[in-house]
Amino acid sequence: MRQHMCLLAATAALPFLVQPGWANMVYVSNEKGNSVTVVDSKTMEVVKTIDVGQRPRGITISPDGKTVYVCASDDDTVEMIDTASGEVVGSLPSGPDPELFVLSPDGKRLYIANEDDNLVTVIDLESKSVLAEIPVGVEPEGMGVSPDGKTIVNTSETTNMAHFIDASTHEITDNVLVDSRPRFAEFKPDGSEVWVSAEIGGTVSVIDNKTRAITKKITFEIQGLRAEQIQPVGVAITSDGKKAYVALGPANRVAVVNTETYEVEKYILVGQRVWQLGFTPDGKSVISTNGLSNDITFIDTQTDEPIKSVTVGQLPWGVTVAPN
Amino acid sequence: MSRRCLITLWAPLFLITRHSCDGGGDYGLNMTSTVPNTLTFLFGFFLLFVNASQPLAQEANNNAAAKPVKEIRIGYLRAYEPQLALSVLDIPPRDEGVAGADVAIKDNNTTGKFLGQQFLLETRETKFDEDVVPAFKEMVAKGSRLILTDISAKQLLSVADLAKESGVLLFNVGATDDALREEECRSNIFHTAPTRSMLADGLAQYLVWKQWRKWVLLYGSHERDKLYAEAIRRAAARFGATIVEEREYEDRGTARRTDSGVVLVQQQMPVFTQNLPEHEVVIVADESEVFGSYVPYRTWTPRPVAGTSGLVASSWHPASEQWGGVQIQNRFAKTTGRRMLSKDMQAWTAVRIIGEAATRSQSAEPKDMETYIKSDQFSIAAFKGQKLSFRNWNWQLRQPILVGDGHSVVSTSPQAGFLHQTSELDTLGVDRPESKCQLN
Repeated sequence: MRQHMCLLAATAALPFLVQPGWANMVYVSNEKGNSVTVVDSKTMEVVKTIDVGQRPRGITISPDGKTVYVCASDDDTVEMIDTASGEVVGSLPSGPDPELFVLSPDGKRLYIANEDDNLVTVIDLESKSVLAEIPVGVEPEGMGVSPDGKTIVNTSETTNMAHFIDASTHEITDNVLVDSRPRFAEFKPDGSEVWVSAEIGGTVSVIDNKTRAITKKITFEIQGLRAEQIQPVGVAITSDGKKAYVALGPANRVAVVNTETYEVEKYILVGQRVWQLGFTPDGKSVISTNGLSNDITFIDTQTDEPIKSVTVGQLPWGVTVAPN
Repeated sequence: MSRRCLITLWAPLFLITRHSCDGGGDYGLNMTSTVPNTLTFLFGFFLLFVNASQPLAQEANNNAAAKPVKEIRIGYLRAYEPQLALSVLDIPPRDEGVAGADVAIKDNNTTGKFLGQQFLLETRETKFDEDVVPAFKEMVAKGSRLILTDISAKQLLSVADLAKESGVLLFNVGATDDALREEECRSNIFHTAPTRSMLADGLAQYLVWKQWRKWVLLYGSHERDKLYAEAIRRAAARFGATIVEEREYEDRGTARRTDSGVVLVQQQMPVFTQNLPEHEVVIVADESEVFGSYVPYRTWTPRPVAGTSGLVASSWHPASEQWGGVQIQNRFAKTTGRRMLSKDMQAWTAVRIIGEAATRSQSAEPKDMETYIKSDQFSIAAFKGQKLSFRNWNWQLRQPILVGDGHSVVSTSPQAGFLHQTSELDTLGVDRPESKCQLN
């Protein structure tokens, strides 16, 4: 805490500027630290720590880069951080225990998974009001949205399903059974597939967005590690759709998957309990949050080698990077 | 989901709309419609658009509503009598176990609404030494063919073969007796309760990992205390600890709580633990709650206490928050108004196993569920950091064992370094090569 205070004091004296084009701010939610750490993507150094509500987990940024949204799970709210001032400026009604959310591509709506109440809450960001509450399976967590904004996918961890929701009617259209404890849903940039990770099942299911059927199940194998230690959580797919990165939790590694062959091409050792992933806007780096080692790792997407690990707050959970 | 079957929603339209449904062959009607198919189809849609009210249309949109709801009855047979404990905090709640099953039924129904499955729980109570056969037969007559049991080993064996004849699957959520998984094992009993040997091994691994290898064993005079003591002896031999001395505490019926406070047993403890050889830990085997809770802080020499009091091994802990545990703990506390205990978790897991089997096999038939649970595909997530599965030689659920005191979780076994060729969870309890179980 003292360290945080020093950082705050140091940064307060400096003008807090985001210069587009050469550096982007990386925002990391620290689940146990009740804070968001801001890291400069170019220098890969911490520039600021922002105190937020209790148990911050899901984190995302508006397309214009002006607002960061953070789920303060234990405060039953979503907080908004103004990126210019680096301060919490307001909150949104989120429903109880928001864990993870996704922003519609136009930045107008927020789709939130309410873990304790088996609901997905739809928030209109302009009016800051709840548009709909959609009952889903037990312990909703992963949230994905198709690039055209028409389809939302929610995963429920105890029901073990990916629920496909029509974004215009807010009705569930399909339920796809996946493996145990699905944590995350990520659309391919062309919208053709949804990748759903299953933490306890140890797999990633690839679901065809047209037929809503599983077309491929990706499994992971790491020499010297027991199968139970490999627990896929976060998934990130490159903007050209060619490579997918999968965070493998207590396996302490990020898997690199070829999206054409669905083969794992590499395992990158990062930090302990790798949770979520985020790209820099230029696509040159992917950043992993390593919960138990209290750091994030920058990975070079050309070489798929880790470049640097940066200590953030306690139990880093989610990550989002400001757009250019 | 573009397929929409309106039959179940709109009975008068049955004949005309049937053609717009696919897979409708199992409705048992011999279709002899004289209207051409396309016309039928259009007419059906016309009527739908004209007449369907908003909620009806919404219901038709939901693919679950299009499926007939299948009921899955789960029975819960339990022996219950108010029990005494040395500490008022240890008196079992009235709904211990049943509450866990209730929460899992809700979880299953949330999932079931997407698949047209509805789960119901029917609980029957008997006394500790009562004949459970009549209650069991009644439950079966009422349609329960999946039954959770929280009864003694003897009671369970009295209905095991009867269950098999009636095609009933049993889920033992209460009895920790190793014998039920060994010489008395059955192919139609799944055990979500851990065995005494699994609990003792979980505790022993932790103590050995701590390098506390010299133990004194204090055990009670009732049968279950002696069975727990036996599991401790086995664990010591297995993991390289030494029991330097054993003492039996005889129950003379004067213990437990009284209005004046139980000073007698407490006062006996220092003397009872006097003149022991050098030791590092005192292990207590007192499932009957006669003296065990009075051992900590009252030993002659200052030593940590473990076993059935002090540091206790269990399948769950009310303070476990790791691996998504916060979610089930919150859900349980919200529903029941109390914290979740081991037996609640054992019952929750059993009902979730049934739910998972119903989901994956897309069936409400116990036979289909049994096939799925016994297949290699089966696994269940139960907030213990890894998937749980059944040992296929005796249908015991393999699971991590939590080691904790009254306040918090101290550690989770298997401990690092206890290796196994197939699953490290099989370092806990009787392993396949040693098993006496012969399933038929």
